[in-house]
Amino acid sequence: MTRNSDIRRFLFRRLLGVLPLLAGVGLFTFILVRVLPGDPAVYYATGPMATQEEIAQVRTTLGLDRPLAEQLARYFKDISVGDLGRSLVTGQLVSSDLRERFPASFELTFVAMLLALSFSIPLGIVAAIRSGSWIDHVIRFIGTLGVSMPAFVAGIILIFIFYFKLGLAPEPIDRIDPFMLKPPAVTGLLMIDCLLAGNFPAFASALARLLLPALTMAIIVVAPLMRMTRASMIAVLTSDFIRTARAAGMGWWKVYVSYGLRNALLPVLTTIGLVVSYQLGANVVVEKVFAWPGVGSYALNSLLATDYAPVQGYVLLMACVYVVINTAVDVLHALVDPRVRIE
Amino acid sequence: MVRDFSQPNVSTPPAQAWLVLARNPVSAAAFFFVPALAALAVLAPWIAPYDPNATDLDHVLQGPNGSHWFGTDQVGRDVLSRVLVAARLDLAIAVSAVLLSFVVGTVIGGAAALYGGLPDRLTGRLTDVLMTFPLFVVAMAMVAALGNSIQSIVLASALVNLPFFVRLARSEISVLRTQQFVEAARAGGNNERQILFGFMIPNALPMLTVQVSTGLGWAVLNAASLSFIGLGIRPPTAEWGIMVAEGAANILSGFWWLAVFPAMALTLTVLGFNLLGDGLRDVIDVRTRR
Repeated sequence: MTRNSDIRRFLFRRLLGVLPLLAGVGLFTFILVRVLPGDPAVYYATGPMATQEEIAQVRTTLGLDRPLAEQLARYFKDISVGDLGRSLVTGQLVSSDLRERFPASFELTFVAMLLALSFSIPLGIVAAIRSGSWIDHVIRFIGTLGVSMPAFVAGIILIFIFYFKLGLAPEPIDRIDPFMLKPPAVTGLLMIDCLLAGNFPAFASALARLLLPALTMAIIVVAPLMRMTRASMIAVLTSDFIRTARAAGMGWWKVYVSYGLRNALLPVLTTIGLVVSYQLGANVVVEKVFAWPGVGSYALNSLLATDYAPVQGYVLLMACVYVVINTAVDVLHALVDPRVRIE
Repeated sequence: MVRDFSQPNVSTPPAQAWLVLARNPVSAAAFFFVPALAALAVLAPWIAPYDPNATDLDHVLQGPNGSHWFGTDQVGRDVLSRVLVAARLDLAIAVSAVLLSFVVGTVIGGAAALYGGLPDRLTGRLTDVLMTFPLFVVAMAMVAALGNSIQSIVLASALVNLPFFVRLARSEISVLRTQQFVEAARAGGNNERQILFGFMIPNALPMLTVQVSTGLGWAVLNAASLSFIGLGIRPPTAEWGIMVAEGAANILSGFWWLAVFPAMALTLTVLGFNLLGDGLRDVIDVRTRR
């Protein structure tokens, strides 16, 4: 069996496995909106003064008087073409609201993940090399402290220290200084847009506003990533080829990083896929603390305003993001490790 | 001392516990902290120096001092008393949520592993779908669906923990199913019920206990985060998440004690449960014995 056909077969199998998952996700969100309190027909009707006839008419146009199975089929048809309904609060299509706000959340989560990895991998390696020593215990304790701290507590502490006490951070509101000229939205990722427009002061402002919320989201996932790095590093470091490399007198970089870390990174990659889900959930809280205009705060505000179409769209979007990331992680895994390809 | 090599060197659970705790003082601290915290929570109404909801407009926004150790809030309520009483509420929520997910999750996961086939695949699919959503978002939606009450917070926090218990119980039981001592027990004439309750569940319990400890931490985090964003428990109930949310606005005016003490209580509690879980894992899991 050649390498390429192996990979193709794996990809096919993996993508086939995604379909029932997506169907389950769709079903779940369908049920979710039906158990949320309130009658959508009443909301969509002209207003609080709507008469019974008007409400009944809205119910007919929305298809809410049809049998459940038919509603479900219609729902699947709608979401498959990206029709997520309309938000009552913003008056916009949910899909365009989400598209507009998603880049802010994406930028935040992505930078947070980079920060988390840049802390957790080196710390995990040190803990593995010195496993059982006081350094190991201290690192483990700090990681556990990070995962034990609610995201809002971490965020508030960071604001208190860096904005209020030290005055180093900008006001913890929004993505950029309100007096700063915003670059034209090309990608929606503000920092990239600033660079594309060659607007460096705006880039600096955007970066400065991003740092604290990203750090907050990084803190809460450092521990699981670090633990996985440590555990898989220990497994690799006790293996024969590392012993041989050591015995051959290779330098520490070659032993620990070139041979050790490269082989230890695969389980860490899988953990990233799992941890992302936790970060996406924490997004809601962090975006509230930092008044970050992403999809999390959008969903929360809609939920509090009993406006459910955006909530449903958000939950769908998050599930899809999770599925995409985990499929990507699995595929990457299969590309790197031939053992995964052949089950 | 001459060692007696005629007997195998058996490490009893208490001896193992002692060894682990002596080697890891941080875990040892958690083993004392969590029971102390539970005692504080249970006794809170009698320990609390003031009525947690009594306002005192003559002593508003006082910093920590001799008569109010944690200071007072904008209507003169004693922060220490509120933190103590909130411990009772938050822990009660966490304990009932975790008990619920422990029982339901173990039954579902255990049954899936025992029966195999379609029930097993169905359970696996359902937990997969549930895990596809960020669990905190599921909890948010659930509280919105069930209404703002303590019961819905408990159910949401139970749901957040459920897939972990289902998966753990499933994997533990399916490993145990093929163990030789279970085969031996079956050959020895035990019926299925005796095997399940006499051999499998006792052997799956240790790892499930570890999950209970970690799960308690999760549940506290989840419940506090929900009330922080304004879902579930409503002010003026004394609850850590709400207290931090209300105090956060005052931090920037210099009244740091309103948010800092409940935030500390919250973090220490979750930290305690996490460290306890780690310590228990070290005690129970033979593979980590050195």
